[in-house]
Amino acid sequence: MAVYELKPTKQPPLSERGAIAWVRHHLLSSPLNIFFTVLSLWLLYMIVPPMLNWFILDANFAGNSKADCGGGGACWVFIREKLKLFIYGFYPASELWRANLTMGLGALSIVLIALERTPRKLKVALILLLPVVSFILLDGGIFGLSHVETSQWGGLLLTLVISFVGIVASFPIGLLLALGRQSKLPIIKTMSVFYIELIRGVPLITLLFMASVVLPLFFPEGVDFDKLVRALIGITLFQAAYVAENIRGGLQAIAKGQYEAGSALGLTYWKQMRLVILPQAIKVAIPNLVGSFIALLMDTSLVMIIGLYDLLSTVTLASTDRDWLGMSTEGFVFVAIIYWILNFGMSRYSKSLENKLDTNNRN
Amino acid sequence: MLSLLRNEKVRGILYQLVTVVLFVLFLLYIGQNTMHNIEARGIKSGFGFLNTAAGFDITETPITFGHGSTNWDVFKVGLANTLIVSIYGILLTTILGLIIGVARLSKNWIISHLAAGYIEIFRNIPILLQILFWYNVVLAAMPSVRHSYSFFDSIFINQRGLFLPKPIFENGGWVIGVGVLLAVFGGWAVSRYAKKKLEDEGKEFPVLSVSLALLVLLPLLAYFIAGKPVHFDYPALKGFNFRGGKTFTPEFLALLFALSTYTAAYVAEAIRSGIEAVNKGQKEAASALGLAPMQSLKLVVLPQAIRISIPPIINQYLNLIKNSSLAAAIGFPELVTVFAGTSLNVTGQALEIIAITMLTYLLISLLVSLILNWFNKKMQIKER
Repeated sequence: MAVYELKPTKQPPLSERGAIAWVRHHLLSSPLNIFFTVLSLWLLYMIVPPMLNWFILDANFAGNSKADCGGGGACWVFIREKLKLFIYGFYPASELWRANLTMGLGALSIVLIALERTPRKLKVALILLLPVVSFILLDGGIFGLSHVETSQWGGLLLTLVISFVGIVASFPIGLLLALGRQSKLPIIKTMSVFYIELIRGVPLITLLFMASVVLPLFFPEGVDFDKLVRALIGITLFQAAYVAENIRGGLQAIAKGQYEAGSALGLTYWKQMRLVILPQAIKVAIPNLVGSFIALLMDTSLVMIIGLYDLLSTVTLASTDRDWLGMSTEGFVFVAIIYWILNFGMSRYSKSLENKLDTNNRN
Repeated sequence: MLSLLRNEKVRGILYQLVTVVLFVLFLLYIGQNTMHNIEARGIKSGFGFLNTAAGFDITETPITFGHGSTNWDVFKVGLANTLIVSIYGILLTTILGLIIGVARLSKNWIISHLAAGYIEIFRNIPILLQILFWYNVVLAAMPSVRHSYSFFDSIFINQRGLFLPKPIFENGGWVIGVGVLLAVFGGWAVSRYAKKKLEDEGKEFPVLSVSLALLVLLPLLAYFIAGKPVHFDYPALKGFNFRGGKTFTPEFLALLFALSTYTAAYVAEAIRSGIEAVNKGQKEAASALGLAPMQSLKLVVLPQAIRISIPPIINQYLNLIKNSSLAAAIGFPELVTVFAGTSLNVTGQALEIIAITMLTYLLISLLVSLILNWFNKKMQIKER
């Protein structure tokens, strides 16, 4: 009996495997494609080398004044010399440890909250405690800490404070508005819809103007908010409407049967929401919520227009310094990189969260 | 009595009653304080200020604005500038967004990753920073008037802005307008005819090339019939600046470029997600029916993708209009800058001015959402 043995399979021809095939299929599949490849390579050639030169190769890192910067490259000396201003604003130099401690505590809490293993009670405690501790640390006035006026807060510190307060304070309001909009009670529903659509229909800057010039008129004489608090009120009112819409999206994704099951169990409205609906709805809403938090982080830069010194604002201020004229490019690029890292990080985290939370049981 | 409280309906009414009472009390409290504060600070109230002279000048006035102009004129100039920059911005955004969106979907690895890089960079940097960057870095790097970049001796770019030739219509210029109108109507008729032909006979008709030809040829024909009633006013260097032609100021350009490059990243994403959302089976079915790739794109994929892409794109247009208010940072005289800024500072009537400004944006938003709803209704899958 003859035994047939299979010959070993031949490898595909060289032109169809490995890097060569990849290049052929992805870059050179047709004349048009070849044209575009060449065009984009030319574009890269025009953009990348000059940028690299400006950023690193021709850039100046050493020295401590504008005179030390020469050549066509960036003057990173400017950033290094002004870094304190960009990070802390006008926070008194002797008290910087308080700002550092606050930012450290904030970072630690965010990591703890993001970790899955952290017990839920600890997470809630962190979210509730962090604002109080941060405020005491930054503002002072008690426990022997000297008082630091909010007008001295600035730079990245202020940007983070505004974003954090905006996120935390807008969440409960947004949640109530979302529930209100989905409510069966007509007056509450109308009021919620009206608020949400009003806020979403106007630019943030008009709300900030309102908070800074109209709000003081609303309260009795003598009640004087400081500028930062006014901006925070404006931003929170704004963000709440967007949070509400995100949560509403989550609520609408929950099957009707879940509500019915909740009532069939005899749960009251609030228990039904707390135990059955919201845990599912918020899970669905998380990617969009993170998206609107990213938008909020970017929007905090608008406080510049009402005269607060956030990160962007301190940089524009520094570039009008007479000793450092002509440094606005470096300043803007620096701010852009910081924002970009923060936002890109958040959006990546949200993507991974989306995959993790996708239990796929919403039907 | 207690059992009445357990009744869901009764409780609902009670809740709402409490809310309304609290809300009214809140309004009364605010109202009273406001009245008192306005009186105490000696601010005028009411809308009379709209008819008083503004007392300041505006750099860019698309509608007449002069010495005796009122605050109401300020409002109109501001709104006009907002609308002008928004319209230009939407046009530019659409073109840029389409190019980047298509590039993002390209099979060419380099191109699609270049587009992805563009989207990730522009989306993750605050728009205000981008506006400032265009204004303080890019446009400030332009040469002085004497050393302007010049193209064909008719287009000039320098620190003072962009100078373009401006068409001037003489007697009979309206004929060209008629030509354009006819061409648009012709395009509409052609697309109707093509759709009918496709449905009745299953034959395709080259809509795009025919309508494009109409759009070019008809106005051109009108131009010659009317005896060339158009000539161009070229910008020319006179004294310290260019005169004549159409001028775009650096403020306008910075705002326009920043808004369009920023929003284009979102439009590109909307286009990509729209096309990717079309079920893979649809493309497979199309090729199983023997449709060529272009045919499958045109007849199967795009009609479904548009339905998904257009609503977010329209929302982005609205965002662009709202973001144009950030011009306040560079002093382009749009609604927020001149009306909610300068007029407010001059008159001090914060309450009225902020209310008018917000209401205006609200109306624009409502208008856009009406368009969106109309579109969604039109595009809804018609069940047969």
